[in-house]
Order: sequence, then structure tokens, then C-alpha cells
Amino acid sequence: MIPELGHFALILALAVALVQGTVPLFGAARGDARLMALAPVAALTQAFLVTLAFLALMQAYVASDLSVANVVANSHSAKPLLYKVTGVWGNHEGSMLLWALILSIFGAAVALFGANLPDSLRSRVLSIQALIGVGFLAFILFTSNPFTRLASAPADGNGLNPLLQDPGLAFHPPLLYLGYVGFSVTYSFAIAALLEGRVDAAWARWVRPWTLAAWCFLTLGIALGSWWAYYILGWGGFWFWDPVENASLMPWLAGTALLHSAIVVEKRDALKSWTVLLAVLAFSLSLLGTFLVRSGVLTSVHAFAQDPARGFYILCFLLAVTGGGLALYAWRAPSLQPGGLFQPISREGALILNNLLLCTLAATVLLGTLYPLFLDLLTGDKVSVGPPFFNATFVPITLALFAALCVGPFLGWKRAELWPALIHLRTAFVVSVIAAFVAGFAIDSRSTLAAVAFGFGVWLIVGTLVELATRLRLGVVPWRESVRRLRNTPRASIGMTISHAALGFVVLGAVATGAWHLELIRTVKPGETVSFAGYEVTLQRVDNVQGPNFIAERATLAVKRNGRPFTVLQPERRLFVVQRRQVAETAIQTNLLRDFYATLGEGDANTGWTIRLYSNPLAPWIWLGGALCALGGFVSLSDRRLRIGAPSRLARSRASGPALTSGPGGPRSQKT
Amino acid sequence: MNRTLAVLLLLLMAAPVLAVEPSEMLQDPVLEARAREIGQALRCVVCQNQSIDDSQAEVAHDMRRAVRERLIAGDTDQQVFNYMVARYGDYVLLKPPFRARTLVLWLGAPALLVIAGVALLVTARRRRATSLAPAPLSEEERRRLSVILSEAKDPSASPRREG
Amino acid sequence: MSRRLLFLLPLLTLALMAGFFAWSLLAGRDPAAIGSVMVGRPAPPINLPALEEGHPPLTDALLKTGKPVLVNFFASWCAPCLAEHPLFMRLKERDGAVIIGIAWKNKRTEALAWLDRLGNPFRTAGLDLEGKAGLDWGLSGVPETYAIDGNGVVRLHFRGPLTERDLTDSVLPFLKGTTK
Repeated sequence: MIPELGHFALILALAVALVQGTVPLFGAARGDARLMALAPVAALTQAFLVTLAFLALMQAYVASDLSVANVVANSHSAKPLLYKVTGVWGNHEGSMLLWALILSIFGAAVALFGANLPDSLRSRVLSIQALIGVGFLAFILFTSNPFTRLASAPADGNGLNPLLQDPGLAFHPPLLYLGYVGFSVTYSFAIAALLEGRVDAAWARWVRPWTLAAWCFLTLGIALGSWWAYYILGWGGFWFWDPVENASLMPWLAGTALLHSAIVVEKRDALKSWTVLLAVLAFSLSLLGTFLVRSGVLTSVHAFAQDPARGFYILCFLLAVTGGGLALYAWRAPSLQPGGLFQPISREGALILNNLLLCTLAATVLLGTLYPLFLDLLTGDKVSVGPPFFNATFVPITLALFAALCVGPFLGWKRAELWPALIHLRTAFVVSVIAAFVAGFAIDSRSTLAAVAFGFGVWLIVGTLVELATRLRLGVVPWRESVRRLRNTPRASIGMTISHAALGFVVLGAVATGAWHLELIRTVKPGETVSFAGYEVTLQRVDNVQGPNFIAERATLAVKRNGRPFTVLQPERRLFVVQRRQVAETAIQTNLLRDFYATLGEGDANTGWTIRLYSNPLAPWIWLGGALCALGGFVSLSDRRLRIGAPSRLARSRASGPALTSGPGGPRSQKT
Repeated sequence: MNRTLAVLLLLLMAAPVLAVEPSEMLQDPVLEARAREIGQALRCVVCQNQSIDDSQAEVAHDMRRAVRERLIAGDTDQQVFNYMVARYGDYVLLKPPFRARTLVLWLGAPALLVIAGVALLVTARRRRATSLAPAPLSEEERRRLSVILSEAKDPSASPRREG
Repeated sequence: MSRRLLFLLPLLTLALMAGFFAWSLLAGRDPAAIGSVMVGRPAPPINLPALEEGHPPLTDALLKTGKPVLVNFFASWCAPCLAEHPLFMRLKERDGAVIIGIAWKNKRTEALAWLDRLGNPFRTAGLDLEGKAGLDWGLSGVPETYAIDGNGVVRLHFRGPLTERDLTDSVLPFLKGTTK
């Protein structure tokens, strides 16, 4: 009964989305307020219906309703409750429904929080959002329906992929999708602006919170995915340049460029066509990612069930959305009024450089991911593009970006001098060079690149802090004055400082773990002790353990330092009986400066077991840095100025002078 | 059907762990370190985007062993790579070779950067050149300017204007 | 005009990419296929002990008899090898093909028992216990089959079990000498 209700709700949602996608657009073109007012109502209704459908599916999973085909294929009654719930989106159909859910919720959010948008813009945005929703809902209903029933219910389900039965990976998809789908809002804003024929500072101010929100969630999603790979794969790797990982990195890069580009539109009314293009591209890259993961066009350890038929549908959808957006861009963008002029050496110039470098990075990833496919089709030659390629091409451009990153905030708008900015950063430069030398000579003399990259990480942190200190005039004025300045610093600037510095932490963590980790692989028998990284590790025993849906071998490793007990690690090797799949559970001890961890390999009582021990310096900084980066974004999001971007209609009617419309005049009068 | 079986076999084998076994490792730490670096750059041909060091597939095991045998025999890193390419083709290299057919791959993005950068600099220079000097006033505009200026000197002469 | 073209560039790039994607989907391209570098080259060396005890070891001479030869890598633990086995029996009995079998990572006793049970289609059989020959032949697993012409050059390389289609389209023409 409930799955049928969910199914029906979904059909209704499609109908509502169809209406929402057409009528308000028509109304906006005609200036008909009643037709335009339909948009928010429809958006809220659509969100309600899709939520109903999603809850219906969740109920089927939680209750292990084995008459629903999707539940049978992906769940099992013995699964822990948490994974029954998160298993809803651990498969193709359920994850598509999650996409549709988040899409409709974002639409509802624009309806609720976009009250200060002009009617025509808001209704256009909601319409585009609905049209995207139509695509997804139709895809779900016609090709990937999670509510199909089985004629006869089997005894139990097939269980969820054991790799997904893990808290980290359970929440990775929702965060990612919040990011991907969040960019659909910026896409809708861009299309609406192109339809209106006007991109201005007000538009940029409205777009910013949505872009920030999407970007923050995507950052968290990627960080979580990377952290999961690190602790599940058991040897310290955290990024593999796998096509699916690249598929999430590309929208992130475009989104970061968009975020920064929108600042220039807002402050200086320039870089309009570039910002609009980035808004279209960010969402398009999200869709491209969906296509790559689900179509079977590329191989990947992550990929969902491959299905060329579904792939074809997604390709058509991608073409409609991206092609439509880019065609509209090609048609309308040339007539966008060019904005304020500026010199190459200026804040605008720095942000253009930022755009260029980020887009080049995205292009590098795109080329690397798709080249094997193109070459194979054209010539039949097979090549592989793996981490060594990306390390050679991606990293150098990133370092150039980092170099410019600290200098940019010191440059003024319109025109600036480079040398004074560099003078401000001389301390940061010296500290970074020293750090690089220390890394190169004291820690590890083999890898120059690691030392240089380490230096860049320090440069990012110190350079960003120097910028903040300069802004507060620390040391130049009494500290009370600095504190006052800090309190008056807009949150957006604080957010920038946090996020940029966080990037430095990520770099330091990645370099230290990647280049300077320690490893020991040994076969040991119970009772044996090995010496590693200044610790004494004894394999005390290996037990057989029974879990809810797995059996496991669990090793107990006693770790001592200088004879005194330090910690006990218990890595496991789990065999999930239903899927006959092995998953290793690593045991990690962290003091936030270094991860000490162990995995258990094959073995038995006679020959001993293979254990792998790792010491990963600064590894936690990678994910703490990622989380901090997102936090900076959230701090920026909480900036009051973003919420009072345009005066409300009530204020306008009170003013006796010239009407303060939500046009360029309003936001520009705010202090920078 | 057979393909499904093969895939199932692969799934059972290619569990994502570091697959280098203690029994495979060389005694000489320098050679072993080289072997690990080479192993990270060779692709497991039956897996999905894994290096031979990360794969538990039989072929990956064979390749790891072969790498170490070649290193003991005195091969350079490049010779070891050539040995593998002779048997499996360029596919086995995770760093694509720099050849005519991979030129676009290696140079595409940097070329884009350079072209875009140059284009931007050119347009910036052109825009500055044309907009530095404002267009001269036309006859009509000159006349209107003089009217406005005379009114400004004597406000009572014409109705007040806003703005 | 060139400005317009610039704005069209993203759309054109998309069209190009989408064209490739559509092509890939329509052509049913298998992204996991790894191709073969052996075709068109002289066959790799063989230097293996015979599978049956007491028989002479296998050498390259077997491949340079002037007549086409099939080389099949198999194993008793390999299910697809079981599936393709009847085709090899047919090739031997009906078409008189000379087939050399190599047991890959198989215990001698188990491989022999498998052949006893199902029938032995091989003129000669060898044992590659460690997988070294497999590596030399660019093997990615079992079963794989190579077709070698009279001059010792590899003409065909099948990864995975042989199918009827492979037989009619490629192997039989090769054996009859009608396809190079």
C-alpha cells in the first residue's frame, strides 16, 4: 500500500513539475503576476509530494518490505537499522529519488527564502528548476522506478554492498547530492538571468548564498568520501583520480571559480558572461558526473550498475540541460552590458587569473578522464590515464594558484600595484621557504616536489593570516582597536580567511601523508612483536567474531611505547555471508597529528597473519582542513549582508524619493 | 553469462586493499622501494582503475613478481616499463606515454590556459586603448552643453530640473 | 563575428563530447576491454614442462611447423574454460585442428583429471604453474586463445571463452587459410 502511495505521489509530482515548469515562464514573459505567483505554490507542493515518495521508499526499506523489487535487490532483514535507512540511496533507483528530493527541496527553499527577488526572476528560476525536476522524475518513473513490486516475495533480500555498510559512506551521497543539486539553483538563476537579458550586481548577490551552500556541501561530500576511502582501503591512500572521484572534483572546481567570479559581478559589475557561463558549467559538470557513473561508458571501482539504455537517457537529458544553457548563453551573453573597467593588476585581474587557473584544472581533469574513451573510439588504441598523469599536470597549476591566492586579497579594485602587495607577504614568503627547506633536508631528502608543496601549504596558512592581520592592523594600532576592527570585519571576509587557511592544512596533510608515511608489512604469529615507528607492536591473538550480517577475524594488537602500554588496535577482516564479499576494517589511533593504523590480511594460526602497519603524519589535517574549508563557507553564508541584499517592498513604499528598486542601486550602496 | 561469471570472479578477487604480500617483497629495501614505485605506475589489466600494487588479482601478482625479477636482474625503471608494455601495450602504463596520439591529452589544458590568457590580455589592451579617450562631442551635444552651462549660471532662467 | 564564435565555443565543445558519448553507447563499446598487442607479432617463446609426466617439454618448435596452430590457456578451476571445452573437442575431431593447451596456475594432477573427465582436445599440453608463460603471452586470465599461422606469427587473440560466433567468423577461416 505505502509503496503505491509513494509511486502515486511521484506521478503527481511530475504533473506539478510540468505545470511549474511552463506556466510561470509564460507568465514572466507576459508580465502576468497571477501566473507567476503559481511558481512558489507549485514548488512547495512538488517538494511535499517528492518527500512523501521518498519517505514511502524509506518505510519499505526499514520494514524490509520484500515485495518491493528495489528492497530485495539491495537490502536484507538482518542489516542494522542505520544501513537499512542509508541503503535507500545506496543503489541507482534510490539515489535518483534522492536527487529528485533534494532538487524539489531546493526549489521550495527558493520559493520560501526568495521573497525579496523580483517576481519575474523568481518565477523563471523556479520554472527552470521544475523543468530539471521533470527530467529527473520522468527518468525515475520510466526507467528507474524504485516502487516496482515483485509478483512473489522472496525469502530475503540480496543485502547491501558491504563496502556501503559504513557510516562514512552512508552519508557521503546525500552531502554530494546537496552539492550537485545546489548548483542546479545557480544554473536556474543563470538561465533566468539570460532570459531576462540582465546580469547585474543584484543578481550576483542573490546567487551567492545558493552557490555557497552548494559549494559547502560538495566540499564536505568530497572530504567525507576521501576520508572513507582512507580508512576502508587500509593503506593510507585517499585520492585515486578514479573517474567517479574526478566527476565530483570537476563541479567543485567550477563551483569555486563561480563563487569567486560572482564577487566581481557583485562588486564591480564585471565578468558577467564568465560568471553566467560558470554557473551553467558547474551544474552541467554535475550532470556529466551522473552520466559517467551510471552509463557504463567508463570503468570505475565506484560505478553503479551500468546500463547503456539509461546512459542514453541521461545523455539526452545532459544535452538538453547543458546544450540548452550553452545555446542560450551563446545567443544572449554577447549582448550583456560589459561592466566596470579595470587594469590587469587589480583584484579583478587576480580573480580572472583565479578563474583561468581553476578552469584549466577542471579541463585537465576532464581531458584526463575522457581521453581513453575518445582515443579508443577514434583509433582503437588503449591508453590509461592514472595518478601519475594527474600528478604531473594538475599539481603544478595548483601550485601556481596557491602562489596567487595569498596575493589577490591584497590587491585593490580597479587598479593596484603588485609590489606593495608582495611586500606585505614577505614574512610569509620567508617562513614558507624555511619550511620547504626543513621539509627537504630534515625530514626527507628524496622528494623535492614534496618539500616544495609543503612550503606552499605553509605559504597558504601564513599568507592568509598575514592578510587578516594587515586588515586588523595588528601591531600597528592598539590591540583593542584590532579587536574592534575584527568585530566589524564582514563575515564573508572571515569566511574567506578560514577557507583559504584550511586549504593550507589540507595541502600539508596531503603532502605529509603522501610523501612521508611509514609502512611495515609483515607476517606475524600470535605472541610475536615487531618494532615500528618507535612503537612495539605485539599480535596478541586473532579471534573469530560474529556480527549481525558478517563473520570476521579480529586481531588484537597491543602497542607499547618504551615498554609502557600505548593503545590496543583491533583490525578485522569481515566476510559478509550473503554477498560473499570481504571487507577489511582498519583500526586507527589518532592524536590529530598523526594516524597510527593497522590492517589485518590473510593468514592462519600455523603460518601467521599478514599485518600492515602505517604511520601517517598529518593525515587528520586533510579532512579537518576539508571540514574547516566548508566551515569557512558556512561562516560566509551567515553574513547578514547576503540576507538583506535588496530592500523589501514594504521599505520601498515608505520611501518618498525615487523608488529603491531591487536593482543595481541598492546593493552597491552597501560598504564593501 | 560467461561475462557475469568473470565479473563475479573479479569482484571476489579485486577487493580494494594493498595487495603486496610479505612473501613477494624483496630483501633489498632500495630495490623494494623501486618496485613499489613502479608497481604504483603499472595498471592491473583485469581490474577497474587499480595499480598492480592495489589489486589481488592473479595477473597483478604475476606482474609484481615479474617487476621484482627484472629489478634483481639489473633492469632500469624504464626497461621494466618497456618489458610490461611489450606484453600488454601502453594500456598497462598509468602515466600515458608522450606520443603523437597523446599530445592533446598532455598539452590540451596548458594550451587552453595560454590561449585564454593571451586572448584576455589582448582584449584588455584593446579595450583600454579604445576607452581611454572618450568619444568627442557632436555638434548637437556641444550646443546642449552650452545651454546647460548657461542655465547653471543663471538658475532662474529655466524650470528646475531634478537630478 | 569572432566574438560570437567565442561564445559558441562551449556549445561546440559539448556537441563534440556528446557525439563521442553517443558513439560509445551505440557502438556498445566495452570500457574494460584491453585489446591485444600480440596480434601481428611473432609468437612469444614457449619453454614449459609437459603436462603429462614423461612427455618431452614444450618448445618453440611446436609453433614453427609451417601449419596453423591454436594455443589455448586453460585451468581446471576456471568455469568459462568448461563452457568452451566442447568447441575445442569439435575443432580437434571435426576440423583436425592442432591445439596446444597450457594449464595456467593449475596443479598437474587437477589439470590432468579435468582433461581425463572431459576429453583431451590438445595435441600437446604444457604446465605453466607460476604463470610466467602467461605473462610473456600478455595473458590477463583464463581462458585465452591464440591463433598462430605457419610462420609463427600471432594472427588472432581471444580473451575469454571462445564462442560459436568466434569459430565461424574467425577461427575456421584462419585454419582453412582463407583469412590472414
